[in-house]
Amino acid sequence: MNNESTNSLSHAEIENDLIKNIHWSTKSKIWISTLLVAFAVCLYFYVTQLIHGLGVTGLHDYASWGIYISNFVFFVAVSLVGMLISSILGLANVTWIKPISRIAEIIAVSFALVAGLVIITDMGRPDRLLNIFIHGRVQSPIVWDIAVVSTYVFVSLLLLYVPLIPDFALIGKKLTGLPKFQLKIYKVLSLGWADKPEQFIIIKKLIKILLVIIIPVAIAIHTVTSWLFALTLRPGWDSSIFGPYFVSGAFVAGAAALVIALYFYRKHYGLEKYITDEHFNLMGKVLVLVSLVYIYFNLNEVLVPGFKPGTAAGAHIQELLVGHEATLYWIVQIFGLAIPFFLLLIPMFRKPIPITIISLAIFVGAWFKRFLIVVPSQLEPYLPIQNVPEKFYQYSPTTAEIAITVGSFVLVLIIMTLISKVIPLIPIWEMKEESK
Amino acid sequence: MDREKSNKNTRRDFIKKLGIVGAGTATVATVYFDKNDLKAQKNGKKIKVLTTDKKVVEVDASDIVPVNTEVETDKMQHRGRVGLVGKKFAMVIDLAKCKNARKCMHSCQAVHQLKPEQHHINVLEMEDEVNGATYFMPKPCMHCDEPQCVSVCPVGATFKRQDGLVLIDNEMCIGCRFCIAACPYSARSFNWTDPKDAEKYKDVPYDIELNVPQKLGTVTKCAFSADRLREDKLPYCVSACPNGVFYFGDSNEDFVTNGTTKKTVRLSKLLKNNSAYTLLAELGTKPNVFYLPPNRENK
Repeated sequence: MNNESTNSLSHAEIENDLIKNIHWSTKSKIWISTLLVAFAVCLYFYVTQLIHGLGVTGLHDYASWGIYISNFVFFVAVSLVGMLISSILGLANVTWIKPISRIAEIIAVSFALVAGLVIITDMGRPDRLLNIFIHGRVQSPIVWDIAVVSTYVFVSLLLLYVPLIPDFALIGKKLTGLPKFQLKIYKVLSLGWADKPEQFIIIKKLIKILLVIIIPVAIAIHTVTSWLFALTLRPGWDSSIFGPYFVSGAFVAGAAALVIALYFYRKHYGLEKYITDEHFNLMGKVLVLVSLVYIYFNLNEVLVPGFKPGTAAGAHIQELLVGHEATLYWIVQIFGLAIPFFLLLIPMFRKPIPITIISLAIFVGAWFKRFLIVVPSQLEPYLPIQNVPEKFYQYSPTTAEIAITVGSFVLVLIIMTLISKVIPLIPIWEMKEESK
Repeated sequence: MDREKSNKNTRRDFIKKLGIVGAGTATVATVYFDKNDLKAQKNGKKIKVLTTDKKVVEVDASDIVPVNTEVETDKMQHRGRVGLVGKKFAMVIDLAKCKNARKCMHSCQAVHQLKPEQHHINVLEMEDEVNGATYFMPKPCMHCDEPQCVSVCPVGATFKRQDGLVLIDNEMCIGCRFCIAACPYSARSFNWTDPKDAEKYKDVPYDIELNVPQKLGTVTKCAFSADRLREDKLPYCVSACPNGVFYFGDSNEDFVTNGTTKKTVRLSKLLKNNSAYTLLAELGTKPNVFYLPPNRENK
């Protein structure tokens, strides 16, 4: 276990290893500039959408929710990983998650924040955003969603911040070469932390409370997001298991995202002593577990309505399995779920590089799975689609739409990069405790 | 018999009273005086004007001031939300008579400034699952009593009126399109791009009952021609049909009028005698649009 490797390290070594990422190298300056340029390009497309309306997208009356909504669902899904790692495993006293829990929280905060922006890009009248707060109807699932997602962002931010307090104090002392205003911010954020034993008791209690609070909130964000679909009467959406189905899928997407983030953070910042090969091995096992649960829900979601082909829901499943959407459906299920699941059963594939590649496949597959949940149901309405242009029978996203969606990922990368330049990615004080 | 008569009388009385109250409200609401103008010297010149309750009245010319569009919109918004008190509108569509003339679609699209692909009413070619025969089915909004679209709207832009109509307020809609996703009848349309003739109508005050001018980024839908109902007229589609497909009326009165023949019949009898049905009744949305089957013996 990692304990052995960190056990042998002195406190000074740990401190030096884990604060060295707070520094802008030329390489990282080039990286962030590239991201910013890419983001500016995507922003240009959003401006055209603001001017000309949603007509710049491939959306139409029969596929009125497209990749923006799929992407929103995906982002909410990925952000759930914070709760999975820190709370579920953390509260069960699983100790190996300590060095990776902060990275999981960074993913949670970044994706949840950007999810809020993604949903705004889907609005026909973003200028009327405030109407939701002025005239919001509590009966509407959209209002529930906004309420729980913002709560989740808030609690996740706290969960990222609170364990950082001792580390902020440390950075303030060690990195005196940083700009004055930055040091001042660290000082303010460290809230007068002085490494006193009673302070440690308080902070541990506080973290535990937050870890408990975040569980229902995290489950709520994805359950409510699933209800945006499940509460309608559409075949394919009108399903009573959508809540748990979405939550289990979220764990798969989120765990895959965490593996990818671990790989790149570890490689770039030289964190091999802390995020060990064993962490990848264990994350592989976590992925196997959550995939198994997700496969179980997939089976239920397909078999139960599919057994009744005469019903509208049955016809939808048929369309998915052997009809119009079959190609994409099987690619996603086989390459994004089944093959990764079987490969991860083999220890060899749980080594850092193979598992990162497998996680990328899961990650991409999970995105397209959301597309398959959102779009096809709309293209199979109860009443036939007639007297409309040919393109209304299909949905194909436009360049602008794709660019805006890519932009959301670029923004996540920007946020994750910026965060990694200002805070230690691994809780220093917890590592020091481990090595005592 | 006596009982029926007295019932009728009370109903008539009730309607009369309603009329008086309605006219009163309308008059008060229509005439807006600007305080400064009231103080101004009257020049003695009288002008004859027609009030909304159709009376010719004479007013001083200096009292006539153009109502600003904001006030106009507010007024229309308010009455559009309230609806026509005591009514419960219903439509009956006789599928045996529809010959796909599409006059309903065209008149609707013209009045509501819609593009060719936007339908408040859409005539669908349907196939009978049992005998394979095809028939044409005009499909407006069902104006459900359990409207899914209204349940999901986050801001109350789309709403159900006491007279049964489901309308949308394009001044409030945020364009989330949850209502489009929720409607099992695909009855709603969205203004994805600039609406038809947007430039031409940009200064026209928004009329919630007529649902024009259309606005970019908002949802549009069939309003059962609420503006016409207010004038005691039949909806545009109903009047435009050359084949006698549509009946429209007030289910509280239990009478519907055919848009082509102008014949008024008992709603309950029409529905019962012709085995009327509603679309996707199993979903429990309780539509106010009823269909008479296409292949009946007593056409």
